[in-house]
Amino acid sequence: MVKTLLKSIREYKLPSLLSPLFMVGEVAMEVLIPTVMAGLIDQGVKQSSMQSVLLQGLLLVLCAAASLTFGVLSAYMASKAGTGFAKNLRQDMYYKVQTYGFSNIDKFSPSSIVTRLTTDVANIQQAFQVSIRMAIRCHMMLILALVMAFRISPRLCIVYCVVLPLLAVGLFSIIGMVRKIFDRVFKTYDKLNNVVQENLHGVRVVKSFVREDYETKKFTGVSESIYQDFCKAEQILAFNNPLMQLSVYTCILVISYVGAKLVLASGDNASLGLTTGQLSSMFTYTTQILNGLMMLSMVFVMITMSRASMERAYEILKETPDLSNPARPVMEVKDGAIDFESVSFRYSRAAGKNALEKIDLHIKPGMTVGILGGTGASKSTLVQLIPRLYDATEGSVKVGGVDVRQYDMEVLRDAVAMVLQKNVLFSGTIKENLRWGNPNATDEELVHACRLACADDFVRSFPDGYDTYIEQGGSNVSGGQKQRLCIARALLKKPKILILDDSTSAVDTHTDARIRKAFREEIPGTTKLIIAQRVASVQDADLIVVLEGGKIADLGTHQELLQASPIYREVYESQTKGDA
Amino acid sequence: MPPIRLKGDGRKAKNPRKTLGRLFSYMRRYQAVLAAVLACILLTTLAQVMGNKSLQYVVDDYIAPLIGQANPNFAPLIRFLCLMAAVYLIGILSSFLYNFLMVRVAQGTQKDIRDQLFAHMQSLPVRYFDAHPVGDVMSRYTNDIDTLRQMISQSIPQCVSSVITIVVVFFTMLFTSWLLTLVVLLTISVTFFVTKKVTGLSAKFFVGQQRSLGELNGFVEEMVNGQRVIKVFCHEEAAKQDFDKRNAELQENACKAGMYSNMMGPVNNNLGYLQYAILAVVGGFLAISSEEQMLSIGALMSFLLLSRSFQMPIGHVSNQINAIVMAMAGAERIFELMDEESEQDGGYVTLVNAKLDKKGNLTECPEHTGIWAWKHPHQTEGTVTYTRLQGDITMEQVDFGYTSDKTVLHDVTLYAKPGQKVAFVGATGAGKTTITNLINRFYDIADGKIRYDNININKIRKPDLRRSLGVVLQDTNLFTGTVMDNIRYGNLCATDEQCMEAAKLANAHDFITRLPQGYDTMLTGNGAQLSQGQRQLIAIARAAVADPPVMILDEATSSIDTRTEALVQRGMDALMEGRTTFVIAHRLSTVRNSDCIMVLDHGRIIERGSHEELIAKKGTYYQLYTGAFELS
Repeated sequence: MVKTLLKSIREYKLPSLLSPLFMVGEVAMEVLIPTVMAGLIDQGVKQSSMQSVLLQGLLLVLCAAASLTFGVLSAYMASKAGTGFAKNLRQDMYYKVQTYGFSNIDKFSPSSIVTRLTTDVANIQQAFQVSIRMAIRCHMMLILALVMAFRISPRLCIVYCVVLPLLAVGLFSIIGMVRKIFDRVFKTYDKLNNVVQENLHGVRVVKSFVREDYETKKFTGVSESIYQDFCKAEQILAFNNPLMQLSVYTCILVISYVGAKLVLASGDNASLGLTTGQLSSMFTYTTQILNGLMMLSMVFVMITMSRASMERAYEILKETPDLSNPARPVMEVKDGAIDFESVSFRYSRAAGKNALEKIDLHIKPGMTVGILGGTGASKSTLVQLIPRLYDATEGSVKVGGVDVRQYDMEVLRDAVAMVLQKNVLFSGTIKENLRWGNPNATDEELVHACRLACADDFVRSFPDGYDTYIEQGGSNVSGGQKQRLCIARALLKKPKILILDDSTSAVDTHTDARIRKAFREEIPGTTKLIIAQRVASVQDADLIVVLEGGKIADLGTHQELLQASPIYREVYESQTKGDA
Repeated sequence: MPPIRLKGDGRKAKNPRKTLGRLFSYMRRYQAVLAAVLACILLTTLAQVMGNKSLQYVVDDYIAPLIGQANPNFAPLIRFLCLMAAVYLIGILSSFLYNFLMVRVAQGTQKDIRDQLFAHMQSLPVRYFDAHPVGDVMSRYTNDIDTLRQMISQSIPQCVSSVITIVVVFFTMLFTSWLLTLVVLLTISVTFFVTKKVTGLSAKFFVGQQRSLGELNGFVEEMVNGQRVIKVFCHEEAAKQDFDKRNAELQENACKAGMYSNMMGPVNNNLGYLQYAILAVVGGFLAISSEEQMLSIGALMSFLLLSRSFQMPIGHVSNQINAIVMAMAGAERIFELMDEESEQDGGYVTLVNAKLDKKGNLTECPEHTGIWAWKHPHQTEGTVTYTRLQGDITMEQVDFGYTSDKTVLHDVTLYAKPGQKVAFVGATGAGKTTITNLINRFYDIADGKIRYDNININKIRKPDLRRSLGVVLQDTNLFTGTVMDNIRYGNLCATDEQCMEAAKLANAHDFITRLPQGYDTMLTGNGAQLSQGQRQLIAIARAAVADPPVMILDEATSSIDTRTEALVQRGMDALMEGRTTFVIAHRLSTVRNSDCIMVLDHGRIIERGSHEELIAKKGTYYQLYTGAFELS
């Protein structure tokens, strides 16, 4: 998993390597400083040699300056590498989503894709930066400071051999205990947010049913469990600082005692053994070493915490698109004939029931076909097989006499225009939205398409006409207007097959009829499939398909069905007769 | 060690001092604990400073004099170290105590604020929720409370302990060498200046980063939501290009912001080392040159350690102050919500269960009888009268506007008799939903009167009024829980059988039993696994189980096919037999069998009558029906 994610570093390999390198430089300088300091005391102050003091002082300044430079450079490189990596990762994930077919999209809710692309990538970026900077820093600090301390006095270092493992065990067992609780707390947090969100969205329901107290109780219940868990976790964490202090103080006391003995044994002479200056540097190394270990434990926590985010991001990347182009694709759609040959379909292997069952349906080019059926009759499913948004589980769907799986997908989808039930306009002008259908369409073509879709009139009534800006989600046009713009957008493709999936539900019956008339007269060669709730929308079709539970229940013209189909008759009556 | 997350949008608090004061008022009940915490912090700091200082005594008093002695006496050193061990022990214990005690203070305060916030939010009028986007309110729970948590449990204690450390160390330094202390003050001010610059730059780019992040988020959200349309139009390449542009911009801003915040650590740290170097030279000079030993070697060594302990907390304080200011902006937003005025309720008429006694008088009783009564206390006479609840609703010359400058309803008068089905039709914005908002008093009318069983609804307590009205809304909201839980939401006391009965009535029973776990199927994400039509059926069942005397159906069947709708209607009509129903629909087949249909246009009732009457009239309704007009 980590390997897959790290592939996104690409052009940021250099900064990703330089950042830790500079960090090593910084730490090396920092670790040098106490030793230089010891020299300043031993050779300068104690010998009363001002020249030595100045010389060592200069050396100290140089070390600090070098350390500062390395530190800043490492910070810069880490930031560049981290944000660059995040950028590439976001791009890779987004591009991957673009290759998804409908069945892939079904698996992820839009909001979960958004979170993965934003919050999760941010967490991963953080973890990455920590890895190339802080993780290196604490490892190096631990190792280099230990080396320096060992060079000064191996005997004094024995104390680390005892304290360090104990501290490590202590710190990591605290983490071990706390991590589980925090994992749980963050899940509970999601639950809490969910309660709030549902409450906000359903505020009218809550108030109508007078459920304010019930909701508050629900909230405080979750809130209480967060409180309890957090207290438990933080109380365990409360051992962290004292444990650290205990280690530092133990080292100081032991070093003071043993160090004093050693200094006295050597007579404070560097050539014979430990000196006072060196003793003082040992104090600094102690803090450096122990702090290094403590930071290491924190880094460990941060990186493991990001694991969940990594997994979520990885899920996006490893998903394989369900549809792919054939090896030698057919690059032209001959005509708008559609044939379903004993087609069965189910959304996933796990789904118990087929959504479509042995569908046989043959539509000639230029025909208008109405599709009718109750909620859950699989009307949308049926038409989505035509532009190959899904692949049939069994049987074969043919367009222009060729199985849809043999076409190049872009060629097929350009020939089959589909107006989806849940349709979307994007933020941008009306013109920009329409040009989704055909980027090279002239203004005249846009107007023509809008005329066919009966959208031209209202578009012109806007102050900015075709340059009217559509807000996100098309919130500034009415439902009926939105549907007509979506139809116009699909018409601009000049498709051989046009599918309207309940696309005129918010359009009044009169306009609906005008649109159908325009279709009949202006694009007679295009095969038209119309899914509708209203009988009026389909009753003049050449063929009406009545779907029921994924099967074709009845087939025929309006008149034939009124005679032969009880379902059709019932629907017709529910919409036309007076009292039910 | 919860993960460190970048939170907040970089906005600053308007009045941080006042907000901080208010925040502290929540901690008042922890006064005693806080006093103990403060004492503990002081003790730990003292222990830490003494640790630094001890080096001086070890070197000057216990090592230096012994150098050259043939048989050095270690007893005083051991005694001194034992003393230090005792001091350290106290330090460690108080450190543990303060960390431990602080947990309940921080978490408790946070829980109090959180619970209070939600409870208060429940009391706010619908007007508030209509005016504030969900995301906006949500961010108080997700972002603001989180920053507050970090502030209370980390920033404030660290700040306090840092300040105490600074003070204690400062005096210890002064006591050790006033001259060197002066040097420290000089170098520290340089450090302070530099870090302030870096912080400022970091904050500036941070705002830019948040802005590009917001833009990218918005873009991704729009694209991902329209992913199917992108597929159908083979628009993937264009969608990638737009993304790349925004993505690159984000990286640019994030890189700068990240660089400056990354720099804080090394800059602070290494300026500290520079100071260390300067001190060493000056101190060395003092130790050598002064005749009367102004500075001993031990003193110099411990001073150097002290200077590090002095410089570190200063860095902390400046960092934490930033975090606190940011959290204050969040706290301000939280308090802002808490200060919103609760829904006012001057009502005193309540709804009670009732029964008819032998004489045929209405009397109050505790158990559910299927008969309800309005209990109407009369203050002046000190008597109580009971009015049987029947569902007779009248509106007389009602005017209303959501804002005072724009009237939405003009002079609306209507009479709904018990047992009647009253329908509203009209275009979006004609005022259909507004009328129902007024009946259940989500909003209060500007002028005119609304009466319920001849009682002015202003006199009825809001919870009782709402309990007497069953409402099904167009946007169905289901809650996380089982299907059964969701239906029971309408009546918490309903048995499983009653819930199923309601589901059958709503024609939902069939599909529910076909769900993987039937009535025990968990619904999440507003019932994401159900179709819109199925959600509506559950919402209808939820209202039906409440068995209300008056029902309001606002586009309740808009996503249900007409055949199923006819079945649902039959069920609802049976349930509401003899009771009042209001129906709002955009599909005319839904309202056709109503007793009275009101056609609304721009807030006025322009036609009223039964379906047949209105068709015969050949007015607006007729035009709508024949499809000459568009409703949307």
